[in-house]
Amino acid sequence: MFSAEQNCWFVRKVVCWRAAASIAWAVLLLPPVTALFVVLSRVSLFHPIEWITECLSILTSASTMFSFVLLCGVVVVVGFFNLEYYTVTPSIACSKIALLAQLLHPRQCLHAVVHCIMGVIVAWCCAFTIGPRYQNLASVCTLVDGDPQLCLNEYHLVLILFGAFVGYSHSLFGVMHNMNYVPFHAVQQYKYLRFKGNLPLVVKCSAIQSLYFTRNFLAVYFFLGYIPRSWLCDTLSLQSNRFVLLVVPYLLITHACIVHSIREVLHIFSFRAPDRDPYLIGHYIYMCSSMVHPSLPSSLNPLDSIAGLLDLAMLYHLWISGTFLLLTWYLTVLLFRVFVTEVYNFPVQSAFTEQADRCLPKVLPGQQPMVLKFLALQDLALLSQHAPSRRAQVFSLSQPGGHPHNWNALSSECLSLLADLTQRLVAHHETVAINGRAKLHSAGSDKKSVSSDSSGLSATQDISTPRSAFLRSAGAAAPMSPNTGPFTSDLDSPFSSRALRRLAPHLVPSSPWSETVQSPHLLRRGPQLWSASTDTRTSGSLSPSPTSAPCPHPAESKPSPVTQFLHNRKEQVKHFLGRRVLVMYLFNKLPEASSQALFADSQSHIWALEGLSHLVAASFTEDKFGVVQTTLPSILGSMLVLQEAVDRHFKLPHASSKPLRSACSMGDCTSKTLRFALRATLKTAIYRITTTFGHHLNAIKMSAEHRKRLQQFLEYKE
Amino acid sequence: MCSLAFFPPPLSPGKITLCETNNELVSTESCQKQDYGPLSLYFPRESLKPHSRTENSSKAAFLQHSETLWIRSATSWREAGLTGLLEEIVNSSTEAPKWLSVSSGCVLALLQRVSSLHGALFPHLKLSSENMIAEFSQVLNWSDCAVRAFAWHPHTEKFAVALLDDSIKIYNPKSATPPTLKHRLQRSVASVQWKPLCASALAVACQTCLLVWHVDPCSLSIRPSSGCAQVLSHPGHSPVTSIAWSPSGSLLVSASPVDTSMMVWDVAAESSVPLQRVGGGGVSFLSWSPDGSHVLAATPAPLFRVWETRMWTCERWPSLKGRCESGCWSPDGSRLLFTIQGEAVIYSLTFSDTTGTMKGSKAAAVVADLSETTFTTPAGDIIVGGEVQLLAWDPRGERLAVLLKGDSEAAARPAMIAVFKTRNDPIFELLPCGFIQGEPGAEPRLMQFSPNFPHGAMLTVCWSNGRITHVPFYFLSAGVPHLGLNGSPAMPQPEERLVDHGNSTLFTELCS
Repeated sequence: MFSAEQNCWFVRKVVCWRAAASIAWAVLLLPPVTALFVVLSRVSLFHPIEWITECLSILTSASTMFSFVLLCGVVVVVGFFNLEYYTVTPSIACSKIALLAQLLHPRQCLHAVVHCIMGVIVAWCCAFTIGPRYQNLASVCTLVDGDPQLCLNEYHLVLILFGAFVGYSHSLFGVMHNMNYVPFHAVQQYKYLRFKGNLPLVVKCSAIQSLYFTRNFLAVYFFLGYIPRSWLCDTLSLQSNRFVLLVVPYLLITHACIVHSIREVLHIFSFRAPDRDPYLIGHYIYMCSSMVHPSLPSSLNPLDSIAGLLDLAMLYHLWISGTFLLLTWYLTVLLFRVFVTEVYNFPVQSAFTEQADRCLPKVLPGQQPMVLKFLALQDLALLSQHAPSRRAQVFSLSQPGGHPHNWNALSSECLSLLADLTQRLVAHHETVAINGRAKLHSAGSDKKSVSSDSSGLSATQDISTPRSAFLRSAGAAAPMSPNTGPFTSDLDSPFSSRALRRLAPHLVPSSPWSETVQSPHLLRRGPQLWSASTDTRTSGSLSPSPTSAPCPHPAESKPSPVTQFLHNRKEQVKHFLGRRVLVMYLFNKLPEASSQALFADSQSHIWALEGLSHLVAASFTEDKFGVVQTTLPSILGSMLVLQEAVDRHFKLPHASSKPLRSACSMGDCTSKTLRFALRATLKTAIYRITTTFGHHLNAIKMSAEHRKRLQQFLEYKE
Repeated sequence: MCSLAFFPPPLSPGKITLCETNNELVSTESCQKQDYGPLSLYFPRESLKPHSRTENSSKAAFLQHSETLWIRSATSWREAGLTGLLEEIVNSSTEAPKWLSVSSGCVLALLQRVSSLHGALFPHLKLSSENMIAEFSQVLNWSDCAVRAFAWHPHTEKFAVALLDDSIKIYNPKSATPPTLKHRLQRSVASVQWKPLCASALAVACQTCLLVWHVDPCSLSIRPSSGCAQVLSHPGHSPVTSIAWSPSGSLLVSASPVDTSMMVWDVAAESSVPLQRVGGGGVSFLSWSPDGSHVLAATPAPLFRVWETRMWTCERWPSLKGRCESGCWSPDGSRLLFTIQGEAVIYSLTFSDTTGTMKGSKAAAVVADLSETTFTTPAGDIIVGGEVQLLAWDPRGERLAVLLKGDSEAAARPAMIAVFKTRNDPIFELLPCGFIQGEPGAEPRLMQFSPNFPHGAMLTVCWSNGRITHVPFYFLSAGVPHLGLNGSPAMPQPEERLVDHGNSTLFTELCS
């Protein structure tokens, strides 16, 4: 329908331009950041004049220009990836396996590989600017016999590998910390001020993050560093032809750039003598390097030793290069976020037919793209608070006919959003309750069987091995494989619901078996193993994980013997798998993740609530035709129902536990606390309506239950 | 322009202001009649133990100095940051290597130089945090006052009182036992405020952080656990001396005289956005206009800012003589009254805000002269006037209470509350109403108008002897209702009885 067209115009005309502007600003910010990097990377406190003149000469040299062009390319590519991968609803992995699936998704792999390459390019540019120690892959070293020859410069290799490592880690962290999530802020500010306010945070963040990456890299290089080094050495010494093919152009470009002229590069490559000898070129390189930098460091002691890695200058250079790399990328991310989340003013109604599809009532109900819906809702929330003239348009009637089309479209969309969330919460609550009830039922029967069993047991029965009792009670139910083992850990296994874990001790507190014995009925219930994926499905198929194909609850269907058998087999397999530590670790549900996933797109609900409540409050004085009055009962009703569902949800374990605050990361913190924000906004929204209308609300028709609830609000007792 | 000379003389000592009715203040001799319901409270200063432990003084007495230098350095780094670390190294120079102690001594000296330079620019940074709160709190003589902060709930008849012993009590006429809020971090409370459009949330400005209590109004618990409190803190943002909720209940701003940025908190998400402006050296006082469109942010320097809350840009008002001490907004948010330290006048600024940009007056106008005036009473001459500590405007915009500092040394110059009658429409007018006096020897320390008193206005005053009294002003509102002409809808008051008396004098009703 028109959504595709809408999609077109908004993404084409707004989002793309905003992204382009953000990339342009990121490129414009590159020179000062690069200059800062050059100054800091060559810092020498004891020779300040030398330091400054050196920096100036580097900054004005042609090689810097060349690497600057490269850096611009990197920033553009990173910005493009930001545009392609951003999302306004965070994807929350409910278990480790889902996270793994996200990481191994081809799209994500592409992201990682490209960022790896970008990291290498940036590190190469850094190696250039930092100084002679890092500039070449090969350097001249003097062996024992005094004959100078080419050998590998490991510092260069370390820096290049570090770039790749940081690039990959950046991509990895992006997934783990939802860095592609674009959060919207409660406080509106102009773009420049928002950028300025966030700048110190970004600098701090990249410095700290770079420190961690350096540490991790050193650990990795200490253990695995010999692989790339020996590979390169082999290539250098044994297969000289391949070495020439691969490495010599690289070295030539490097050298030509050092000698401050791009022309020279062209000159070398145009030098197409038929009898071009690899040795000659190598000699040329040697001459070059000895001319420009007479004292190249030798790489005789390998760097993947503790002494080699604890080179303070190298550590500093690694850290500052990592900071530079992350800073440029984070700045791109920050600018992208600032530009994309900028308020977009949708007209409420338009006199021109070609703009009719771009009006708020038309834009709001669309599903795709999400950013359009979010910006439209944000605009609705803002206009309801700050723009009386636009509010008047919302309350107005259509000219021929006199229908409140604008208000109807806006309010029905907001109400459907709220109803959607309510439904989601109720469904979630019900699955938890079903799990709990199944458990409860089985636990009850279990109690009976156990008590009957235990009466027959002798008092000397070893309590710590309840297996015999289990086997006896389970004998009729299912053929158990010997792999099932003792069931002592069942209550703590990932497959038992948390609700039961709380319930079980209360149910059979007197029995010594209460902690240890469980019947196999319990295992037949809908397995928790897959419920993580059903959660992700309910939250709007957020994760593109291929493994999140959910398995339907088998407990509900009427069992035929065959299905029963299959079912039992499946249970056995699952149970067998559930016992393995790795599987358990992977499938273990992350606490509060399901709650976070339920509220992942709650920013839209928050705006819907704010917009509705402010419009209703404003209608008390501004609504001349009474258009709001007709929908007031349904608005109040849906808010109260949602309030009830939210209250019930927050009684679940882990739902009301606050996430740990990460002090410094570019990832989002807001997505984890959206449910608290939603709860507070919902309450405030209901209070806003009750405070405005006061006792007039008694004239509204609503159910007794809702009236009772509303009375609580009118008396300020919620 | 109104001045104190037009005021009726203060009452003779021993008389207590009871209420305003029939356009004049009624006084009485006895203390008992003054009670307004069960909400009149008395907190004797002697019954409250101030929190006397200071963190640094007791540290050396108890801590075993047997740990190694590195552990101690790590502790002091965590406790006092870089300066603490350097001090620790310099103090234990016998253990540390010589180069380390010498270099850290140099760095420490350098840091102290820089900070002293910074302190010379902004003298308030030299104060200790207790003294800073006392200096910038809205309470007169905060450090010695039994009641340190007071807040009416914006919608219901309940209020919170922060006491000298760092506890907060919540009083409600319907419940007999007030809940007491205590928290480990609740020290030196400078200000409390209830969240609008919410029954339970109370924000508390403390010495090190910001607490938001969620006190369930239906709960019968007398001591809510500290799990009911959210702790909001930001490095470098302490002590917090002023907080303000947005009237729509969604945002909370907090200010510290040390921090140049004021924080805008999304309390539920516990996230904050710093709004930084360097000039002024900090933010000491905040006041959000009732219509939600502007925020007054005073700094310790002779400068204040008025933020508009849509895009959070600010107008800078470099005032001439001193820092802005107190300010209050008219109910429709169109007029700001403020006072300046060292000047005995009330200034007024107008804002006409329709499109989100500020178009106000170019200069502040003097609307009242509060210079010292001598009144002759039977007990002798009393000098009233001078600097202003606090301004309070009632929610209908009809009465303005001004707390005059007086001079605590001189008996003839007591702190005094002067009340003006105000009218905002068609022209702004201030008319004298009278002085409010308490028991003999008691000075007013803090005052606030009750946000929903149906028969006029009610001023709650906290006195120096620990008494909290309520002074009602009975009148009928003469103004026309303010419909939402300005950006955000004004909060309608359902019970308001609107009587349009045109230009007639203030109409009063008899109270029994």
